[in-house]
Amino acid sequence: MIEIENVRKSFGPLEVLKGVSMRVEKGEVVTVIGGSGSGKSTLLTCINGLEPIQGGRITVDGTVVHDPKTDLNKLRQKIGIVFQQFNAFPHLTVLENVTLAPRKVLGMSREAADEIAVKQLSHVGLADKLMVYPSRLSGGQQQRMAIARALAMSPDYMLFDEVTSALDPQLVGEVLDTLRLLASEGMTMICVTHEMRFAREVSDRVAFFREGLIHEIGTPAQIFEAPEKPETAAFLKAAH
Amino acid sequence: MFNYTFHWHQALRALPDMLWGALVTIEVAVLSMVLGIAFAVLLAVARMSANRLAYGAATTWIEVARNTPALFQIYMAHFGLGSFGIHLSPWWALLAGITFNNAGYLAETFRGALRAIPPTQTRAARSLGMGPLRAFWSVVMPQMFRISFPPMTNQMVWAILMTSLGLTVGLATDLAGVTQELNVRTFRTFEFFALAAVLYYLIAKAVMLGARLIAWRLFRY
Ligand SMILES: Nc1ncnc2c1ncn2[C@@H]1O[C@H](COP(=O)(O)OP(=O)(O)OP(=O)(O)O)[C@@H](O)[C@H]1O
Ligand SMILES: [Mg+2]
Repeated sequence: MIEIENVRKSFGPLEVLKGVSMRVEKGEVVTVIGGSGSGKSTLLTCINGLEPIQGGRITVDGTVVHDPKTDLNKLRQKIGIVFQQFNAFPHLTVLENVTLAPRKVLGMSREAADEIAVKQLSHVGLADKLMVYPSRLSGGQQQRMAIARALAMSPDYMLFDEVTSALDPQLVGEVLDTLRLLASEGMTMICVTHEMRFAREVSDRVAFFREGLIHEIGTPAQIFEAPEKPETAAFLKAAH
Repeated sequence: MFNYTFHWHQALRALPDMLWGALVTIEVAVLSMVLGIAFAVLLAVARMSANRLAYGAATTWIEVARNTPALFQIYMAHFGLGSFGIHLSPWWALLAGITFNNAGYLAETFRGALRAIPPTQTRAARSLGMGPLRAFWSVVMPQMFRISFPPMTNQMVWAILMTSLGLTVGLATDLAGVTQELNVRTFRTFEFFALAAVLYYLIAKAVMLGARLIAWRLFRY
């Protein structure tokens, strides 16, 4: 379970998160929607401890993320994150991209890591690209590789930050299909997205972010059919 | 006015000795490069760190290495350190001097390369549970070497040519040293130095060729 309690985060004088609270249960899919600059990406990078916070608390399965005693490397093994920019490692083949962390972080043998990597890459439809370098892949393929790379660590949680927004429209579908598949398999996920149809379809809950706060949160039916706040309604109207 | 007779056979008879000297030259150059790269990585990282002491030390090293004659750097390693009771043999002094020089130049090359690698690469690596050292070693450094490869090749050639400065600290076993010995014994200056120059040229060319092969083998992406 991920518990976010009254989290505050600033970049210098700019307060980006102004007291965010949210709880994500095991197996739940929560999508985060909201305007540009409202702090969605920042929240994700706080959850896996890439960014420090100035107030509040985030716990993952009882471990306090920003406790100085927390072993972040260990914690991050169970929180996969995929970014908008695919961040493929350009000097490694697709297979090596995926096996690097299992081998060097988990200490797996090459054979064991290869086996897992092939399984994950097949899962996202890249079984025929193992020996290819990322520069030869399309954006959609690179993004699916990044997803396989995160999954190869067998994480308990997956965080997705607008994983389709750097893609050409015709490539969006293949990546969303991958996310749908994951959701149907029971993965616990937080997805920041601009794809409203996707949010409506896969989410257990939808959180609407506005000015560093969760303005409204509820089931897709509540948020999309009957939003309580006028700002939520306005955002959804504009997003269509 | 021009009554010098060439004696090439004499020079050619000394060729085996000179080739042994060339081996010492290559040995010093290769070692100075390996050590220079290792120090340069540390210097580049120190130069980008927030630690004032590390930054200051690295900056001083880099500035001195790049803005003083290589000859002085080798001199300092031999005679300069000698004044403090640290006595390096000519071979060690030459190695130390060239390593110092290599590290200074390569550190700046590496620093430029590091700036060209997006910080998101490190973030992605850290997100997978890699510690800072592992992320640097497995993700950042290989990309840094690729970007830096052409200037590294140039530095390697430069290192080979710099070894001839070993003469000034009395090194007699490298190519320049051997050549000079033959010269004082026979006074066939032109022949011996011309032959040595050809050997230096061939070594330098071999380095360039080897580098191209390594790049072709290593950088497939
Ligand atoms: N490293 C940083 N340094 C300074 N300011 C930052 C940094 N990262 C983000 N910000 C600022 O924090 C605010 C929130 O950024 P964030 O990326 O979290 O927004 P977002 O909701 O993800 O927006 P988008 O939908 O455009 O991705 C923005 O004003 C942004 O400029
Ligand atoms: Mg964002």
